[in-house]
Amino acid sequence: MKILVPVKRVVDYNVKVRVKSDGTGVDIANVKMSMNPFDEIAVEEAVRLKEAGVATEVVAVSCGVGACQETLRTAMAIGADRGILVETDVDLQPLAVAKLLKALCDKEQPQIVICGKQAIDDDANQTGQMLSALMGWPQATFASKVAVGSGKATVTREIDGGLETLEISLPAVITTDLRLNEPRYATLPNIMKAKKKPLETLKPADLGVDVTPRLTTLKVVEPAKRSAGVMVADVAQLVEKLKNEAKVL
Amino acid sequence: MTILVIAEHDNASLKGATLNTVSAAAKLGGDIAILVAGSGAAAVAAAAAKVAGVAKVLVVDAAAFADQSAENLAAQVVAVVKAAGGAISHVLAPATTAGKNVLPRVAALLDVAQISEIVAIESADTFVRPIYAGNALATVKSADAVKVITVRTTAFEAAAAEGGAAAVEQVAEAGDQGLSKLVGRELTKSARPELGAAKIIVSGGRGMGSSENYHNVLEPLADKLGAALGASRAAVDAGYVPNDYQVGQTGKIVAPQLYLAVGISGAIQHLAGMKDSKVIVAINKDPEAPIFQVADYGLVADLFEAVPQLTAAV
Repeated sequence: MKILVPVKRVVDYNVKVRVKSDGTGVDIANVKMSMNPFDEIAVEEAVRLKEAGVATEVVAVSCGVGACQETLRTAMAIGADRGILVETDVDLQPLAVAKLLKALCDKEQPQIVICGKQAIDDDANQTGQMLSALMGWPQATFASKVAVGSGKATVTREIDGGLETLEISLPAVITTDLRLNEPRYATLPNIMKAKKKPLETLKPADLGVDVTPRLTTLKVVEPAKRSAGVMVADVAQLVEKLKNEAKVL
Repeated sequence: MTILVIAEHDNASLKGATLNTVSAAAKLGGDIAILVAGSGAAAVAAAAAKVAGVAKVLVVDAAAFADQSAENLAAQVVAVVKAAGGAISHVLAPATTAGKNVLPRVAALLDVAQISEIVAIESADTFVRPIYAGNALATVKSADAVKVITVRTTAFEAAAAEGGAAAVEQVAEAGDQGLSKLVGRELTKSARPELGAAKIIVSGGRGMGSSENYHNVLEPLADKLGAALGASRAAVDAGYVPNDYQVGQTGKIVAPQLYLAVGISGAIQHLAGMKDSKVIVAINKDPEAPIFQVADYGLVADLFEAVPQLTAAV
């Protein structure tokens, strides 16, 4: 069984982004870039399924600028067997990525696609669900536990109010939540090995996909800052302030 | 033009998040229709018809919608949009785990973009949404014929649940896609208010030290205040509380009147989920904790002493 794992190159989660002064976006020049944390969990899950003998091949895919090759190498250092880069300088939106992934699914015929539930840059939380819809496959989003059987998977999902368990037929799309697993650190020998793994580069046109953005960003601004608060000396003063100043008790 | 709001419900009652979504819909200008797709959900349809400002309730009652699967619900929404022949200009759902699960499917099937978690509406095609964990706000304009949108419920007041008298209309069932099956649900049972709807939230972080401490220290305070309980990712990952307690960029987004952050350092991912609260109180023994930068009132203290004192004083 083949598993496809889409990975996105994003601003590292530890970086506090700054909005550009001209309001056109956030400044990502000279900022540390990393694999989207949810995608790292997706790669780890796929590699574990391979180690457990359930999957036979793990293919990592990234759509975006040439530097996404680094993200694919990271995925291969965790254990993906090969990488596919769909290279474009166009600002890719979730629908366009879902269409590129659909074209790759038609070509590669994976049984499972494991996506991160959302990317921490655009916070869209759309691509996995969109791919699933375009393929006409079932979906199990926000997964905290995945068990793959023959021709089906049982997935526990994190939902408002608790957990839900679904049984889905394969092929299917699964999206990862934080508690699905803890991704391993790539070891130096594995990082070296990853450099030799095959990496294929395609263009959106090779897949026959129009990636023109549907949404135009008119401006990007910083949210209103909270005004600095006060420090209180003890609980008595805190209660007094909450009752008489903030009037919330 | 008709704005279609997808009702969130459990076949027994209409979820409050739908009311906030109706308010967002009202800002777009147009007739508001609520779609209730459920199984044995007559009470939900009746409740939806009473929501102020709603012109029409579209009902489809079938076994296929008993579990609210994304596949069946999305197919039904698309069928309703197509049957309207261009009359539906917007499809809205709350940005809850249910709405986020279904709506991107709807958008993809309609071949349109989805606009996620809007916090403001500039015009019928231009919306404001947070990106980068709320560290930036983007204003985006959609060129698509149908705008498919999830709504951050904390950014819009709830519409009145009573006062409306919408016409109820049955719509044709799109059928069962047969792609997934619900095995079971484990829902946290609690007498406390829901996180998303609570006026006061008491939230604990890694500083609680253990599950026992979390419950022994925070529950008496929450009980006394009639508050919901929340947690940081660190507390959830450490197993102090279940996942649905998590407040943050990838957990629940909350904006209560009062948010009490106890033993929470304040990672940007956590701040993303609570910084729109009206009043924030932080109790932490580390005076350098970033949570103090967003807190209206900060108390540097040992939480194991301060919280019981607070419980006694309120």
